[in-house]
Amino acid sequence: MDFNDTPDEAVFRAEARAFLSANAELKAGSRPTLRASGLDAAGVARCKDWQAKKAAAGMAGLTWPKKFGGREASPILQVIYNQEEEDFAVPRGLFEIGLGMCIPTMMAYAKPEQLDRYVGPALRGEEVWCQLFSEPAGGSDLAALRTRAERDGDDWIINGQKIWTSGAHLSDFGIIVVRTDPNVPKHEGLTFFFLDMKSPGIDIRPIHQMSGARHFNEVFFTDVRVPDAQRLGGVGQGWKVSLTTLMNERLAVGEVPRPEVDDIVALSRTVVLDGEPAIRNAAVREKIADWFARSQGLKYTRFRIMTALSRGETPGPENSIAKLVNAAKQQEIASFGLDLMGEAGLVVDDDLVEAYAMFQSALMTAPSLRIAGGSDEILRNIIAERVLGLPADIRADKGMPFNLVPTGRRS
Amino acid sequence: MNFDFSDDLKQLRDQARRFLSEQCTPAVVRRSLDGQETFSADLWRAIADMGWIGAAIPEEYGGAGLGYEGLCVLAEEIGRAVAPVPFSSTAYLAAEAILLAGTEAQKKAWLPRLADGSVIGCWALAEGTGNPDPRTIRAHAAGGRLSGAKFPVADGGIADIAVVAARDEAGAIALYLVELEGTTRRTLTTLDPSRDHARLDLDGVKAERLGSDSGWALVQTVLDRAAILIAFEQVGGADASLQMARAYAMDRYAFGRPIGSFQAIKHKLADMYVALELARSNAWYGAWALSANAAELPLAAATARVSATEAFHLGAKENIQTHGGVGFTWAVDCHLFYRRSKNLALTLGGMPFWKNRLVDLLETRNAA
Repeated sequence: MDFNDTPDEAVFRAEARAFLSANAELKAGSRPTLRASGLDAAGVARCKDWQAKKAAAGMAGLTWPKKFGGREASPILQVIYNQEEEDFAVPRGLFEIGLGMCIPTMMAYAKPEQLDRYVGPALRGEEVWCQLFSEPAGGSDLAALRTRAERDGDDWIINGQKIWTSGAHLSDFGIIVVRTDPNVPKHEGLTFFFLDMKSPGIDIRPIHQMSGARHFNEVFFTDVRVPDAQRLGGVGQGWKVSLTTLMNERLAVGEVPRPEVDDIVALSRTVVLDGEPAIRNAAVREKIADWFARSQGLKYTRFRIMTALSRGETPGPENSIAKLVNAAKQQEIASFGLDLMGEAGLVVDDDLVEAYAMFQSALMTAPSLRIAGGSDEILRNIIAERVLGLPADIRADKGMPFNLVPTGRRS
Repeated sequence: MNFDFSDDLKQLRDQARRFLSEQCTPAVVRRSLDGQETFSADLWRAIADMGWIGAAIPEEYGGAGLGYEGLCVLAEEIGRAVAPVPFSSTAYLAAEAILLAGTEAQKKAWLPRLADGSVIGCWALAEGTGNPDPRTIRAHAAGGRLSGAKFPVADGGIADIAVVAARDEAGAIALYLVELEGTTRRTLTTLDPSRDHARLDLDGVKAERLGSDSGWALVQTVLDRAAILIAFEQVGGADASLQMARAYAMDRYAFGRPIGSFQAIKHKLADMYVALELARSNAWYGAWALSANAAELPLAAATARVSATEAFHLGAKENIQTHGGVGFTWAVDCHLFYRRSKNLALTLGGMPFWKNRLVDLLETRNAA
């Protein structure tokens, strides 16, 4: 066992480090980078500028084909780049979905001339992409989605509503899965397209989240025309295409959400409990130990994944646990940090309370991490069924034409 | 990044797993559980012959020289099989203490006999209720004689030698080697009869000091190193518990369907899996620290222990729960894991001790 890079990896790490040092600032101090609100125009410009720099330096789309500006590199290089970038304050939040999920799906299904048109601008940060999957009636049960597309000559006409679409209002293009045949079982009646987000009939409205922020959108479609040439995969094959997209989501290596263990340790040193720093308190220590063990367990699980990637292997099922563990841990740490502050834990003015109100902010965003990108419950199902091989749940809608599936009061 | 065991060691693990699944069946474990034998002498002989006990003992002292990663791999399989043998007492504790603290002569005298299984070792630290703490050590030694009551001592009833923590003439804590033949020992009834436990009443017995070092740090180092190896046993036990629960959940039908198709059971098993994989990753880091003799070893050990104890506890208790009533019977093997999980959770000191130690080490690290 060792934690060393291979010679090739070391060369690349040095190259990535040099690029970052020359073009970005190291993160200053411990002030957390919170995304309390969405990107403003200046933030969008910073993200685009940064993406252009990355692309020009050959640091974007590392695993992509060379003809699209990539390096055809092993995924391990992407992990190494991400590791190095973590030390730097770089603008994020605009391209992760487009480059991580949308364009890879395009690469698998779009026509060569379409790839020539769209991949380069996306890689260089000139065009932004979003992913239109979730709906009010189709979240965890994504295939229950109800947005319709009907054939009209060489076009399809889309009507319906998507929800939880990150960055829809900033996007130029989107990928979308819609229902083209409600008379067959739900997975069989779906079709996948990409579309211009400026198309007539698209109405984007921000969702006011419980945290107060507006990161996500509802997207309404009223008679939106999409050319059949923008269909990805066959008619009725939309579920299969969606799985390609979601597989790329699972390969994305997520950031560790704060507050982390070091944050609660730091807080426990400054906050006084019973006349001494809270970290002297046995109840506090026990919790810190538990969180540290989980945090380290994830860290070394990532090392196992990196080892597989470094060997050119596909990581095993251990990849599936990170978000499940991180989301719960973040919520627990945030809540406990506030407990340590006493009533002042209620205060969110970041000039008055510890850690620039990171704990308060995290308490209010933590519920979303447990839901987005596969809820805790769906992730446990995935582990149980795909890793442990337990039988699938009995589905009341199995084999039933979609338009006969019971939908309850909210349909 | 090469955070994995070598192909040779993976092969060793597969061989060990195959061997133990054939030679250390639940029926073998139950002979100890039911009191027909104190430990499986046949199994002990066999694993000694294969060189497992001396896996990490250097070849110059009669060991196999496989290194600590080799011993870790074997520990996982010993844990998976709930093996009724004094493996941890001999290999992780007695031999390790001698390697760590003993003189060259002591190493030459004892390590080859521990490695070949002809001498069983044990570790005598505890003196009754309580977690490891230098203030509780009353056993004392002077002029080559040692007195004190040590209990519980894992494998104390079957061991030939004990490494005993006691105070020297100056009152400092030191390690002593005591040959147990002829000493007063009483076998204890414990929650896990698949492993021997005893009380040693040492009254002026002959004792040879291990080396010349003294201080609690010596004891703590032995505990740290053993904690990593025990963590591998716990990972093995947690994995076996999960596999047993999984197999039952696939076979058992209720309400006309396999119980494993119910989310209540799926999510329980998913949680067992998550805890197991976290523990496995932490244990692997411990294996690296042991084999590199890294400065990070104490924190890695405390982390591995906390993580693995949690995983085995969860796995063992939820395996019973998954089985329902039949899991609570003597005849079904769930309780073998449940008993062993508590045994391993307590053997080097319980969670309050290790969690507190973990945070001590974290504070030191963060202050640095």
